[in-house]
Amino acid sequence: MMPMKRFKNNQLFQLTYTQFLETIREPEVLFWGMIFPVLISIGLGFAFTQQSESKFQVMVATQQRTALDSLLSVYAHPSRIQNKEALSWKVKDEILGNTEFNFIRSDWHSAIVSLKRGEADVIVGDSAGSLCYHFDPHNAQAQLVYLKLSALLQSPAEAVATTTRTDISILTLQGVRYIDFLIPGLIAFGLMSSILWGISYTVIERRSQKLLRRMVATPMKKTNFLIALMFVRILMNFVEALILFFFAWWIFGTAIQGNLGALLVLFFAGNIAFTGIAVFISCHTSKTEVGSGLINAVQMPMMILSGIFFSYHNFPEWSIGFIRLLPLTALTDGMRSIFNEGGGWMEIMIPSVILSALGFVCFIAGLRRFKWY
Amino acid sequence: MFQIEVRDVYKSFKEVQAVCGISLTISRGKFVALLGPNGAGKTTLVEMMEGLQKPDRGTIFIQGKTWQKHERSLRKIIGLSLQETRFHEKLTVQETLRLFASFYELEDDRVNEMMTLTGLENKQKALTGTLSGGQRQRLALAVALLNHPEILFLDEPTTGLDPHSRLDLWNILKKLKDRGETTLILTTHYMEEAESLCDYIIIVDEGKILREGRLEELLDERSRNLDELFINLTGKKLNDADETIQK
Repeated sequence: MMPMKRFKNNQLFQLTYTQFLETIREPEVLFWGMIFPVLISIGLGFAFTQQSESKFQVMVATQQRTALDSLLSVYAHPSRIQNKEALSWKVKDEILGNTEFNFIRSDWHSAIVSLKRGEADVIVGDSAGSLCYHFDPHNAQAQLVYLKLSALLQSPAEAVATTTRTDISILTLQGVRYIDFLIPGLIAFGLMSSILWGISYTVIERRSQKLLRRMVATPMKKTNFLIALMFVRILMNFVEALILFFFAWWIFGTAIQGNLGALLVLFFAGNIAFTGIAVFISCHTSKTEVGSGLINAVQMPMMILSGIFFSYHNFPEWSIGFIRLLPLTALTDGMRSIFNEGGGWMEIMIPSVILSALGFVCFIAGLRRFKWY
Repeated sequence: MFQIEVRDVYKSFKEVQAVCGISLTISRGKFVALLGPNGAGKTTLVEMMEGLQKPDRGTIFIQGKTWQKHERSLRKIIGLSLQETRFHEKLTVQETLRLFASFYELEDDRVNEMMTLTGLENKQKALTGTLSGGQRQRLALAVALLNHPEILFLDEPTTGLDPHSRLDLWNILKKLKDRGETTLILTTHYMEEAESLCDYIIIVDEGKILREGRLEELLDERSRNLDELFINLTGKKLNDADETIQK
């Protein structure tokens, strides 16, 4: 009984316990840390994994009767799209999914307005009796519509007859779906976000409320305060990551193909890196507005560049080297290699060492400048 | 040996000279008021005594020791209440006191004693974010008294409180005074607080001590109370917002 009582009165235990109570008593923490990432993964997972019908809107602004009109009279049927009369042409495809083109006839001005509003992807006009496609070539969706539609119009009978394709072999490997790409990224992003807000903002807020000053006016060990804050945050990160992974496994069948021990080490290294960065961010200011700005300045570029939602290989080639240096990129790439490529210790060794070293350097630099009051 | 000895201390912030060459001594068991208007330099002086700010010049001894060399041991013997501290809003009164008690390796008995002394037993399960201003100040006092401090610093403990809450706090401090074990340094701009609680009054303005002594030594026919004395010394009122208390 006595050792238990002594443990209960230990300052490190009390700091950790009260920090934990404060965290779980904050409903926003539970929502943004646990529920929101699950909702995002479910939303994006369904959006990108469902084999749904592709629907494309095409504005027809031809001056004269063209070959398109003849084809539409054979293959399309009348429908209403966006409260306008349209002709719908459905093309079946068991592998790539069905495609529906909705042709809406209008004048040139209305067609342009529809394109600007995002209601249509391509305008079909005519020039000297032949069809002409008008669209932004940098718009991937419009490019896809052009390629599909021009192919269809060149050989409509062949397209209609093609219900199965022999030149495509469906890849059923684990880890190639978008959701498999997304989940490790969401876990890494959640880790960064919750540490930056959970540690940096908490420290700055307590400094602004003079609570830090009040606490260091006691015999409290300053290191115990930081250890408690970091321990609770890392613990919460494990819980949040587990919840997200559980839902991904349950709903989408996401699996960890690589070494679980290596994943845990990498995850821990990520925690060290962002904890160090969080201490560095929060070391001096006592204004929460400045703190929010600093946190966003660190978080936003990594959220955009590190390939959380889409691959960073879409960025220009010259920027890839820099993007790979970002800690969130190193963490995300390492986690994806374990989740999807069956990676192990060899794959995570260098990123884990770099992340941990970055964390320690930032932590020490932050402590040297740390303002307790 | 004095409990506190301040020798020719100076402190400035950028262009503002907050404390200009103050020297004072405080003996064991005395209740001392630092009385002055807002911006007089009281808080800066007290925070230097508390070891939370370093003087630009001069020395401060607490029981003959300096903060530079004996911070750890001095932290154990002082208690303090800062101006406007906000405790963790999502912790209860009891959890807050337990947390601070753990810094001094104290048991739950002491936590319960403090809740009884400050009349917070009924609020022990209440989150501190839900407490009234008076209850928060009582909690701050309970935290300050947890470690049986030999020296207690209270920085404007009743500012912003209604008269009833102020009297509650005074009564707690009077009980402490009757025990005679604690030296109190209290900053205030309420003359009634200084008169009612303290044996010795130090009047401060613009970073300097204008006058100090026991209440009866300070008052005479020209200055029948501390407010009149302050007007005679500086030509201005001690507390522009006339917040007198019906005792």
